[in-house]
Amino acid sequence: MKVTFPHLGNLYIVLAAFFENLGIDVVIPPPVTKKTIELGSMYSPEFACFPLKINVGNFIEALEKGADTIVMAGGVGPCRFGYYSQVQKEILEDLGYKFDMIIFEPPRGNMKTIIYEINKLFKGKNIKKIVKSAKIAWLKACAIEKIESQALYYRAREKNKGTTTRIYKSALNLISESSNEETINANVEKINKYFKSIELDMNYSPLKIGLVGEIYTLLEPSSNMNIENILGDLGVEVIKSIKLTEWANTNIILDMLRIRRPDNCTFAAKPYLNYFVGGHGVESVGETVIYAQKGLDGVIHLAPFTCMPEIIAQSILYKVSKDKQIPVMTVMLDEHSAETGFRTRVEAFVDLLNQKKEAIS
Amino acid sequence: MANNELYLGIDVGSVSSNFILMDAKKNIIEKVYLKTMGKPIEVIQKGLEIIQTVVNGKKIFGVGTTGSGRLLASTIVGADIVKNEITAHAVASMLINPSVQTVIEIGGQDSKIIIIRNGIVVDFAMNTVCAAGTGSFLDRQATRLNIPIQDFGKLALKSNTKVRIAGRCAVFAESDMVHKQQMGYKFEDIIWGLCRALVRNYINNVAKGKEIKEPILFQGGVAANEGIKAAFEDHLNCKIIVPKYYDVMGAYGAALLAREKMKKLSLSTNFYGFDNICNGKYSTTSFECNGCSNMCEIVEIEYDGKILSRWGDKCGKWSMVDSFQKENVGR
Repeated sequence: MKVTFPHLGNLYIVLAAFFENLGIDVVIPPPVTKKTIELGSMYSPEFACFPLKINVGNFIEALEKGADTIVMAGGVGPCRFGYYSQVQKEILEDLGYKFDMIIFEPPRGNMKTIIYEINKLFKGKNIKKIVKSAKIAWLKACAIEKIESQALYYRAREKNKGTTTRIYKSALNLISESSNEETINANVEKINKYFKSIELDMNYSPLKIGLVGEIYTLLEPSSNMNIENILGDLGVEVIKSIKLTEWANTNIILDMLRIRRPDNCTFAAKPYLNYFVGGHGVESVGETVIYAQKGLDGVIHLAPFTCMPEIIAQSILYKVSKDKQIPVMTVMLDEHSAETGFRTRVEAFVDLLNQKKEAIS
Repeated sequence: MANNELYLGIDVGSVSSNFILMDAKKNIIEKVYLKTMGKPIEVIQKGLEIIQTVVNGKKIFGVGTTGSGRLLASTIVGADIVKNEITAHAVASMLINPSVQTVIEIGGQDSKIIIIRNGIVVDFAMNTVCAAGTGSFLDRQATRLNIPIQDFGKLALKSNTKVRIAGRCAVFAESDMVHKQQMGYKFEDIIWGLCRALVRNYINNVAKGKEIKEPILFQGGVAANEGIKAAFEDHLNCKIIVPKYYDVMGAYGAALLAREKMKKLSLSTNFYGFDNICNGKYSTTSFECNGCSNMCEIVEIEYDGKILSRWGDKCGKWSMVDSFQKENVGR
């Protein structure tokens, strides 16, 4: 069995660690490039959203490299994501690929199917080993998240542009290469030192922009034109609250145990949006409210073109923006490659926030 | 010495490229409006040649570039500031009319709305997936009907019947126009209908949800079209002001921003000089990088045989972005 999975930011490091520790062969899909996107768009329905197309591209490239098993998440609710795995399976089968697809659906009461799916992967594996692999994967996930948030902080303040991004890349490599708990912990220490060595402009207080929106476009840089780097290079500190570990916690573990309770975000969104609209629609609204309360300078709302939950959020964000006096800009992302137009909007938004800040002070 | 100071603003857009020469007191000395025709470098050289004739021994103290070709323009002329066109337009309109609250800007391929309150940009929007209602579409319709684009707006004003044309989509608008013309409607009525449809499209797609308050400035190439201006006034039921330099406001803004930066930081300009730019031989080549499957198209700009700049790569392997560009595009 050679397992592959879709790219989602740095998730591949975590998943690869998990499977490899279990003794399962892994084929990591090649990094998302123009070719990935072209392949994905060519074989996906035109009206499907951008993340589905990148997934399909990832799968094709991984199957070509010898993968024979695809692990994919499922979902329920109004967002089309719940249908991704089924559609992707059919597309790939039509293309003539031979593979097995393991789909993790949120259980919602039916434990039978999920146990059946899990069995396909873990048949004959020692439970102790599974727990140990999960632990290493979890430690890596936490380490990566820390690196990501450190990068956001340092990139906005660094004196020599580009230093943070270089350190960020080598930090990820270090975590990726760490094979056990001790090396992960040692490397986390090492990485902290690297980041602390970055020369900062201490007199500079950066603008703070919150990123909200659909999870894939938030986490996968190839789908959002690497907006974190663009903003960071403009001297803006990016605040992001959807984090992988948190998402896994609420959506997989708590869900499985059926103890998911309303969080701060749902609560904050309540006066504006009191229904589950699928995807991260409620989160986009709730986070914007929270960011406004925290005094952030602005919010950028990201969504794949035609994303229904985020279109609902977008129309509500007008009101949030007005009530809470926080500028919000929505950016719809698709396979187009016109970076100029994207940059123009982002730069203009940053100018707007800078002017506002200057006027206040 | 202050009388010798001149500032240059350059706006390289999809359809037109505009140049402005401004004195220290922010007065426009010369404006040049040229069609880009897909050859931005040649147009920049040509524009500067015209500007050079009025410089009269004075000195350029600062250069700003804007528009979708702002980075290219900056590379060619040696700009001191590179700014997005939204900020540039806002800056220029606030100088022309300090109490302005709304700026409508319609150019060759994009349209924007900028909301200003108390001298600060508080909101803006640009057309996203659709170019209906922009200059290119009007140009196309004028060509199809064989009317010079300059007369297009005037003709609309002659109409006194309201013909409804679909404004949602340029393709539908065109087929609607054909339909109405085959039914026998008068020319001017159809054109007036089109102007109103485009304004509806703008209000619903670009300006959606934004509070449009007076004073309203209308700028960009399309502001020359009296039909569109009248249709805006008709729809919004308020007065639309078209500033004198409506077609070069972006360039004006870039010049103003350059002046502000140079004064504030008392820098000396990066400008390469008229003779160097106008007489220089620029050539561009592009090639596909085979380093990874991104297959980035790298564009290389040469000046007199030396590589001036490269861009287009995602990884930064080829772009020798000099420290200047990073500094000036950034904070």
